[in-house]
Amino acid sequence: MSLKYEDVIAKYEPVLGLEVHVELGTASKMFCGCNTIFGAEPNTQTCPVCLGLPGALPVVNEKAIEYTIMIGLALNCSIAPFSRFARKNYFYPDMPKNFQTSQYDEPICINGFLDVEIDTDEGIKKFRVEIERVHMEEDTGKSLHMGGATGRIHGADYSLLDYNRAGIPLVEIVTKIVPGTGKYAPEVARAYVAELRDILRSLNVSDVKMEQGSLRCDANVSLRLIGSDVLGTRSETKNVNSLRSVERAVRGEMIRHAELLNKGERVVQETRHFQEDTGLTRSGRSKEQAEDYRYFPEPDLVPIVPDATWIETLRAALPEKPSTHRKRLQEAWSVPDKEMASMINADVLEIVEATVNLGADPAKARGWWLGEIARIANEKDVTAADLPITPKDVAEIVALVAAGELTDKLARQVIEAVIAGEGRPSEVIETRGIKVVSDDGALMAAIEKAIAAQPEVAEKVRGGNLPAAGALIGAVMKETEGQADAAKVRELLLKHLGQ
Amino acid sequence: MIIKRNAADMAAALASGETTSVALTQAHLDRIAEVDKEVHAFLHVDSEGALAQAALADKKRAAGEKLSPLAGIPLALKDVMVQKGIPTTCGSKMLEGWRPPYDSTVVSKLRAADVVILGKTNMDEFAMGSSTENSAYGPTHNPWDLSRIPGGSGGGSSASLAAFEAPLAIGTDTGGSIRQPAAVTGTVGVKPTYGGVSRYGLVAFSSSLDQAGPCARTVLDAALLHEVIAGHDPKDSTSINAPVPAIVAAAKNGNVKGLKIGVIKELQGEGYQAGVLNRFNESLELLAGLGAEIVEVSCPYFEYALAAYYLIAPSECSSNLARFDAMRYGIRVGDASGVSAEEVMNLTREVGFGREVKRRIILGTYALSSGYYDAYYGSAQKVRTLIKQDFDNAFLKADVLVSPTAPTTAFKIGEKADDPIAMYLNDIATIPVNMAGICGMSLPSGLAEEDNLPTGFQIMAPAMKDDRLYNVGAALEAALLSKWGAPILSHVSGLGARA
Ligand SMILES: [Zn+2]
Repeated sequence: MSLKYEDVIAKYEPVLGLEVHVELGTASKMFCGCNTIFGAEPNTQTCPVCLGLPGALPVVNEKAIEYTIMIGLALNCSIAPFSRFARKNYFYPDMPKNFQTSQYDEPICINGFLDVEIDTDEGIKKFRVEIERVHMEEDTGKSLHMGGATGRIHGADYSLLDYNRAGIPLVEIVTKIVPGTGKYAPEVARAYVAELRDILRSLNVSDVKMEQGSLRCDANVSLRLIGSDVLGTRSETKNVNSLRSVERAVRGEMIRHAELLNKGERVVQETRHFQEDTGLTRSGRSKEQAEDYRYFPEPDLVPIVPDATWIETLRAALPEKPSTHRKRLQEAWSVPDKEMASMINADVLEIVEATVNLGADPAKARGWWLGEIARIANEKDVTAADLPITPKDVAEIVALVAAGELTDKLARQVIEAVIAGEGRPSEVIETRGIKVVSDDGALMAAIEKAIAAQPEVAEKVRGGNLPAAGALIGAVMKETEGQADAAKVRELLLKHLGQ
Repeated sequence: MIIKRNAADMAAALASGETTSVALTQAHLDRIAEVDKEVHAFLHVDSEGALAQAALADKKRAAGEKLSPLAGIPLALKDVMVQKGIPTTCGSKMLEGWRPPYDSTVVSKLRAADVVILGKTNMDEFAMGSSTENSAYGPTHNPWDLSRIPGGSGGGSSASLAAFEAPLAIGTDTGGSIRQPAAVTGTVGVKPTYGGVSRYGLVAFSSSLDQAGPCARTVLDAALLHEVIAGHDPKDSTSINAPVPAIVAAAKNGNVKGLKIGVIKELQGEGYQAGVLNRFNESLELLAGLGAEIVEVSCPYFEYALAAYYLIAPSECSSNLARFDAMRYGIRVGDASGVSAEEVMNLTREVGFGREVKRRIILGTYALSSGYYDAYYGSAQKVRTLIKQDFDNAFLKADVLVSPTAPTTAFKIGEKADDPIAMYLNDIATIPVNMAGICGMSLPSGLAEEDNLPTGFQIMAPAMKDDRLYNVGAALEAALLSKWGAPILSHVSGLGARA
């Protein structure tokens, strides 16, 4: 029986640290001209440089530097007037040179911050996450371990190596330690990654797809006794591939640490891997003995000395901040704080906006995405955005309801069918033969049947008790299998009963 | 006999129609077949490729195309420079059988100039050594005395010139690997300004020190070759983006009247062979006689150059050579079922690298380790800065600086094989040039009276003032030639005499 979260936070204060790796969306790799298209045939996007062939030399992708500076500026960082690449030396088969060209003590962006908001029982709370550094590096290739039971290197019969990813530009964004989040640590971690993702998306520097690995988060967690100022031992959880997982991983690690500490045991400083299925982490490489990467300045590259006017040009061209954008939407749509927060929390703001941009009423668009669609997403344990229903589908459904061609109940059926893969809304309506019963004759027959079945209710309505009509309307709707427009039924019924 | 001519004279013979490139190339291939069993300058001879290139050059000439001055002239390429499809071993077992899939920039430039590449020359493994004894394929023998070393690491290139197997060669110089072999074989060798010739496709030993350059039998030939291979290369970030100095014009000028020539106090005296110093001083007198002003300069920090070099070069090499791990190219040892990638890497590196390479990898790995970095690599970089300052100060007093190239003439094969420090001292006068990134030339200054073996005279000039080397070198060469009455290589007592 694991410890309750409430018991963890009653005793301990969590300290967070987040490292986010972002694959930049440049057309070519960090140090060569190879393509960066995701999912190409293995080893087709390689050249002497990214394969680390003897004699090959790197040349920095200027676009990657531009993107990194943009990220730094958007995160309120200082841009270093002089920064350098460094070699991080370690052996691994998927690393062609057996060193990664990265940045070490001279990163390109330093000392920034990102403000995040979370929705709590005590209202909206703001947290400032301080950024230590933003630096550039190259990605490694991918190993596929074949044979063996675990898909891990140990126990595999052989491994396949794909170097298409080797040399893809990566930006690493490292926070300073984040204390003071208390029980909200998991939510703050999630909100930080979400906000960062939105910023990166608005900058158009990465496709920020966590599930494809173009945005990867490592969550460092440690606990200390409340009131103590001594940091506890941290674990570093890798492989956290969704926003929800960020939150789960942090919460899970807090509980795991607390259980160890309560038993008087030691937290091991190590890398852990998040397991999507269980929400738990498993032990990876121990970092008790710090690996010696023997960093030194990369002699094959010249220092980066960005022109000050260029930086100002980039700063001036930064897009609207996602937080500002949200404020603007909230005003335009007249949405209360609470609802705005639930949209952000459900990660549907962007799709709602897209739906509104396609002509849907903001309240209706919000209602569907937060209501029926969110419910199905929840059932399937995915996010609304992952479901096979598009803003265009929802906008179409909203329009059909507004035109009286669908009732809310029918609309729900259409949504379910679209998500079930039966086609676009028009196709679903066509094949399922869904339509609102608007034929007065058919409705009148159903109304008369309902009155005949409940004469005493009809009598009350005749006598001026209008709320009583609900029972009759319900019976009509049932009779027409929900295909009738309830407002129309009410109108006809009342008229028929002399009201 | 045409093979004993200079490259410039061969070029004239091709231009006049006296001979063809195919005939010239065949003559050199015949010479290689005749003497290379004894000299062992070549690791690979590409007869077919060379004759095809020669035929192409002849065809272009016959068609009246505008050709480069060295079109159709044969050349020997140090085996550290990659050439597409041609075995490149760097003198190491590690790369046995590897055929690079791309051309180095130097090779591309040679091709564009229709220079005929005869084959790849022997060298100390990965350019680490001063005698070519560290080649995994056996030593090269000095044509002046086959029991002696031809210098290193580029002993094969220089020996091929002294043995008349090629009129031109490409070398690379990290601490003297072009100049010291030139000195002990009675040939000319130039280490251009760092960044003057592209390193793309030069298999790296020490990236911040490596520089490819021309090897020849005369100053003018070296200049002609230097001009072909020099210039900015966008594939090498450390390549200098500035016009190449007018080196051929300088080699044709050879006028030292009014020039200040600085003799470096610290690069003579103890440790230098008497005959080497005598020839050096005679050359100074000749230059003074031509109107140069001889001044003495002091470079106090040169005392630490060798020590600093043996920290920086091994540090960089420990990282540069990490890529040789059996995963993608070269030999693979121990790849059996149940053996991990890590073990295969270990076994391969154990078998693939020779003793000197391992010694330097270990030295460099240690120097970069955390806790030692500042004391070793960090201090060495500071010394490097001080050496640069020494040169800057010296160049305020003199247009060029001079010294003997190597402290001794060629020693016996095996003589210093078990004494790395004695071996390292060979480069004491050449290393400062690499540390400062400036340029240097070695040209023959006569024969030492003790052993009748060639001695070298080194000229050093500031970065991107390579033309000064050629101006002074040409003046001294002409004065020495008139004194001697015949080129120094006409005195080659052993092998060359048979030609
Ligand atoms: Zn590439």
